[in-house]
Amino acid sequence: MPRLALTTNYAVAHAAKDSDVDVIAAYPITPSTPAAEKLAEFAANGEIDAEYIHVESEHSAASALVGASAVGARTFTVTASQGLIYMSEVLYIASGLRLPIVLGVASRALSAPLSIWGDMHDIAVLRDAGIVTYFVSSAQEAYDTVIQAFKVAEDPRVHLPAIVDYDGFVLSHVTEPVETLEKEEVLKFIPKKITWNTLNPKNPISMGTVGEPDWYYEFKYQQQVAMENALKVAEEVDEEFGKVFGRKYGVVEPFMMEDAEVALLAYGAHAGTARVAVERARKEGIKVGLVRLKLWRPFPVPHLKKLFDGISVVGVLDRAMSLGAPRQGPVALDLMAMYASDPSSAPKMASYTIGIGQRDVRVEDILYIINQLAEFAKGKEIPERTIPIGLRE
Amino acid sequence: MALKEVGPMEEIRNHMQIPRPEYIAGGHSACQGCGHFVIIRHLLKASGPNTIVVNPTGCVEVVTTVFPYSSWKVPWIHVAFENGGAVASGVEAAVRTLQRKGVLSEDEPINVIVFAGDGGTVDIGFQSLSGMLERGHKVVYVLLDNEAYMNTGIQRSGSTPFGAWTTTTPVGKKWKGEWRVRKDMIQIAVAHHIPYAATINPAYPVDMYNKMVKALKADGPAFLHAYSPCPTGWRFDPSKTIEVARLAVLTGYWVLYEYDHGKYKVNVPVLKRKPIREFIKIQGRFRHMTEEQIKRLQEIVDEQVEMINKLVGRTVIGPVEG
Amino acid sequence: MMNKNLPGWRELPEGAVVRDPGNTETIDVSGWRVFKPVIIDDKCTRCRLCWIYCPDGAIIEVIDEKAKMGKRYEVDYVHCKGCGICYAECPVNAIEWVPEER
Ligand SMILES: Cc1ncc(C[n+]2csc(CCOP(=O)(O)OP(=O)(O)O)c2C)c(N)n1
Ligand code: SF4
Ligand code: SF4
Ligand code: SF4
Ligand SMILES: [Mg+2]
Repeated sequence: MPRLALTTNYAVAHAAKDSDVDVIAAYPITPSTPAAEKLAEFAANGEIDAEYIHVESEHSAASALVGASAVGARTFTVTASQGLIYMSEVLYIASGLRLPIVLGVASRALSAPLSIWGDMHDIAVLRDAGIVTYFVSSAQEAYDTVIQAFKVAEDPRVHLPAIVDYDGFVLSHVTEPVETLEKEEVLKFIPKKITWNTLNPKNPISMGTVGEPDWYYEFKYQQQVAMENALKVAEEVDEEFGKVFGRKYGVVEPFMMEDAEVALLAYGAHAGTARVAVERARKEGIKVGLVRLKLWRPFPVPHLKKLFDGISVVGVLDRAMSLGAPRQGPVALDLMAMYASDPSSAPKMASYTIGIGQRDVRVEDILYIINQLAEFAKGKEIPERTIPIGLRE
Repeated sequence: MALKEVGPMEEIRNHMQIPRPEYIAGGHSACQGCGHFVIIRHLLKASGPNTIVVNPTGCVEVVTTVFPYSSWKVPWIHVAFENGGAVASGVEAAVRTLQRKGVLSEDEPINVIVFAGDGGTVDIGFQSLSGMLERGHKVVYVLLDNEAYMNTGIQRSGSTPFGAWTTTTPVGKKWKGEWRVRKDMIQIAVAHHIPYAATINPAYPVDMYNKMVKALKADGPAFLHAYSPCPTGWRFDPSKTIEVARLAVLTGYWVLYEYDHGKYKVNVPVLKRKPIREFIKIQGRFRHMTEEQIKRLQEIVDEQVEMINKLVGRTVIGPVEG
Repeated sequence: MMNKNLPGWRELPEGAVVRDPGNTETIDVSGWRVFKPVIIDDKCTRCRLCWIYCPDGAIIEVIDEKAKMGKRYEVDYVHCKGCGICYAECPVNAIEWVPEER
């Protein structure tokens, strides 16, 4: 197993190479550009046996991959921010066509004002698209998860696109040691087998038909079922990956949850900051735990319910704002909805926004949140709104 | 003696040679006399069964593939309205890679064809087409030009001709139909340094068929601009589809020419052109036109004819008969 | 309104693909016609133009050794929509334009 010093951008590019992708179509946008460049470098040096399509836009990147995947190719792209939402029309279609395209997304804020900096506004837009969506929190995890994502996306129980989302800059541009795998061992884990519907003159089919009111609903429901299946498949795949390669992550990652009274729910790089804060708070005697959300879509409901059973308050740290919603944090909204049919089993929930447009998130900020959670646990009223962290009044 | 029918991908000398197999089935719900389907039938005959069709949103897509039905006997995909060029790029790139890697057989080359409307090509799909042409994907892109957005109910496009009524260029107190001059898509395609571009017209099936064969055999992207009369949107009786198409050529409104590796050629010379009035008088969409507008449209046609004559280096399309 | 007679989501093909391409052939569009073309075989010169210009592929070229020049042209009345192109384009008026009786 070669050990390399890689940024997360490079790690996902390596993962695509080692997964023997057939077609890449990529378009530059900060902060995912270095991944697109790395893939081009692999192609230029013949280190990857793939077509690299120099598309003229992200819309065309997604479209070209839909075409390629529809012929049976293993496909990959990277993007962020405006690029991701520009793709969104086509990504909804890719899901509806049940094509296992995999994307790396170096999450970044959305204009306006223009911001090249990190947050999760972009991926939040794709939340409802029917795409298996992972948040990772290290370059190694990004590498491993891209490989897992191919296996999940191509699984006949799933057949959906998948996104591996990593924080712009905080992860995309930071170099870490990464153990990469040999292509042969990766291909043993994710064999090239075309299990989805493809265009082939030997067996002509029509893809992308019109769904009249008598039919449309059933096809949307099929996608929902595939999403539900993806939870089980993602767990299985992670388990198998762990057995073969010795690293596994789970769809959620608990930290100090065993005896916790209050808990944080966080994702991406800031889960790392939260971990440090939790350790510090523990020293101060606060019984706090942390759950890192690894898989956002499908939302791991049973896992979270189990982990939060008996917890008095959960504080959700979101890096995006759903403007005008009852709470701004998209994951906070999910968590609240998760308990809707059984409110008596629910912990109290507080929604926080952090790291918006790359606003600094310090350990102190999270300690402040933990202290608040402890007060909420003692009975202090939780405001009926999202609490902005690091915002100037 | 009648010449024998040919197989796919072979040029023909007369229309008796057009092969019989059909790759688009009847029973679709296009309007009576829809020009698109005369064209598609023959282009698919020229391409044969080893073909993948990419079909952006528009009339053709909607009338052929309402689940659980499809009229297409070759593999077919529709993704969205504005991305025919990009989807075809992906299909072509994937076929090439998978053939190289031995997943698909290399013995039977697969033709990739786009059938897109004028809205899906000259307007919203323009960038995607440009990217596909510039990158050199071996795809035949067929623009089925009925000179408006028909699927959404006759709205103007960048290909709507001067004077034409559409629902978004209505005839009112201030507006008298479309007032701008349409884009020249052949010149735009040629500017991408592609090997082959040509105009086609369903009233000239042999020319249309042979240009498709050349396009399929081209060593890079090929662009076919098909004139496709739409009885519903142009307001003429559906029995006149071929007559309208023929008049477009005989008036010089639609010059049948090609660009083949740097050389221009007019394939159907017209020694004496009919006046444009003959062409517009059988279409309701031009009914409102004033003498001044008709004069202007004649000028636009004259200018286009002059430009093409210049490109071929001699007067192949003659003056309007007096 | 839900149509209970149609298959449920489990039975439908993934992604709304159609695996039976060309199956619009099973759709009868004869109801679209107000007039129908009738080919008068005696007059027909086998020029093939009606077959070429029909948008609906509704003229059938029948190979028949006993027929004049070894073939004849027939209208497929299931798929003919009655547009009249064949009638308009037949160079020898071998096609009659007959009102549909209903
Ligand atoms: C992004 C987007 N915008 C608008 C539409 C609506 N739309 C569907 S088809 C169409 C017009 C198609 O016109 P054209 O490409 O000329 O094909 P035609 O139907 O005339 O053959 C429009 C506007 C769409 N499907 N997608
Ligand atoms: S509106 Fe025009 S282009 Fe569309 S199906 Fe009808 S005739 Fe054909
Ligand atoms: S009337 Fe139209 S549809 Fe019927 S056979 Fe003649 S051309 Fe075809
Ligand atoms: S167009 Fe007329 S003459 Fe020619 S084949 Fe058809 S019916 Fe016969
Ligand atoms: Mg149109």
